[in-house]
Amino acid sequence: MAEFWTGVALPLVLIVAHILAIVVPLLGAVAYLTYAERKVMGAMQLRQGPMLVGPFGLLQPVADGLKLLGKETIIPAGANRVVFILAPILTFFLSLVAWAVIPVNAGWALADINVGVLYLFAISSLGVYGIIMAGWASNSRYAFLGAMRSAAQMVSYEVSLGLVIITVLLCVGSLNLTDVVMAQQSVWFILPHLPMFVIFFTSALAETSRTPFDLPEGESELVGGYFTEYSGMTFALFMLGEYANIILMSAFTVILFLGGWLPPFDVAPFTWIPGPIWFALKLALMLFCFIWMRATLPRFRYDQLMRLGWKVFLPASLLWVVLTAGVLVTFGWLPE
Amino acid sequence: MIFESLVFYLFSTILLVCGVMVITMRNPVHSVLFLVVGFFQAAGLFILMGAEFLALILVIVYVGAVSVLFLFVVMMLDVDFATLRRGFFAYLPAGMLVGAVLLTELVVIAGSWVVLPEASGNVALAIPPASEMTNTEALGRVLYTEYVYLFQASGVVLLIAMIGAIVLTLRTRDGVRRQSVPEQFARDPKEVVEVRKVPARGGLS
Repeated sequence: MAEFWTGVALPLVLIVAHILAIVVPLLGAVAYLTYAERKVMGAMQLRQGPMLVGPFGLLQPVADGLKLLGKETIIPAGANRVVFILAPILTFFLSLVAWAVIPVNAGWALADINVGVLYLFAISSLGVYGIIMAGWASNSRYAFLGAMRSAAQMVSYEVSLGLVIITVLLCVGSLNLTDVVMAQQSVWFILPHLPMFVIFFTSALAETSRTPFDLPEGESELVGGYFTEYSGMTFALFMLGEYANIILMSAFTVILFLGGWLPPFDVAPFTWIPGPIWFALKLALMLFCFIWMRATLPRFRYDQLMRLGWKVFLPASLLWVVLTAGVLVTFGWLPE
Repeated sequence: MIFESLVFYLFSTILLVCGVMVITMRNPVHSVLFLVVGFFQAAGLFILMGAEFLALILVIVYVGAVSVLFLFVVMMLDVDFATLRRGFFAYLPAGMLVGAVLLTELVVIAGSWVVLPEASGNVALAIPPASEMTNTEALGRVLYTEYVYLFQASGVVLLIAMIGAIVLTLRTRDGVRRQSVPEQFARDPKEVVEVRKVPARGGLS
């Protein structure tokens, strides 16, 4: 019996605690990202944003959540019930499981697996299923068109995303996310790979369907896009999943290009601040950029979006892969 | 060990059930979704064998890209499966034949291991044990050295397939107005926009 407690039960409890330690702050961050988005956009548009619920409107996310919980979940008559319910659950689930491999500090990841980068890439490429399933199961033209656009968009931008990841991996020599961060001790990859950083960030915007690539939910033409028919808790799950994905892509960018938890300079005042704080600061910077883009840029047209993905980003990132590999081999800088 | 075999049987049972569901489902979209679940189980089996790279590539390529395209096609086309099923008995012999050939091959391989246990040693283990090298690295070493020509050849085959698809579907129509981004950038506001003063009640000629 004692063996059972120390061998099975205790690790189980520990891992559940670890999962909660990731998911609970993440959901808090999601809630306050919506608040930050409204506040920042308000400031950029000379408004105040949410002000009434709580001091400075700080309780607004809570109020929004309660409101969505209290609403009825309507399933359209012609909808495919099982797939309709499954789609938001899948979206939300995928946006959470990806966090298992994100290292917030040295050795702080839930699962420090060898192929962490591939795992993240795989999970982010699955996100399209929630959207397609939602669009198809709703049995609505708007939702279906939105889902089709979204699927085409995500599949297109994944290609350049993958090539950018390959350039970084060439300089690291490992698929482990902790190794990726540790390889940036001398210089963050944003400096040698600045064009790739721009491409990665733009593709991340497209992957998460954010402005200027928010065609799947272009209000003026498709109502709400793939979640037109969703209400109440199912809608809330989509929203939570979307914002959790934004944070995830920002975290991925921070790990690949901004040196993860490493301080910008390895000297005294910077090293006093612990790693997770650096990580959070960089994450906040990336999230601010996401919101900034939304407040600044108009929406792309669909053919422009496809052109940018296939005719600009794909050749550019492919060229950079070849260039990086060439430079690494020529100067003998290949990592062991 | 018991845990591992339990997990193995769990994954393979779900995999087989999914496989059956793929071919029995009425709704083609459900079939594709079951196919996706099946791919996941296969990925799980790969991970059990310690081949995490293959498992994730399976998920990225087959689940993340190929099945998405399947879903696309199945959702867009109005496939009437009732008419497809009408030919069931006509195609049955051919299908049975293919199935029988595959089954025989499997039986021959598995049988040879039973009859000659040392035959399984004939399979050259190209990949060193996981303790020496991660399997990503091991796979890369084999793929880009010993099999580099085959690797390149498969790339060329895919390229040709891609060109073929483009050639088959590309239509150039006249009178379509397309956006040319460089042309747009090259325009000078001074040449295309003219600011003129409009006299009151005069209008412009």
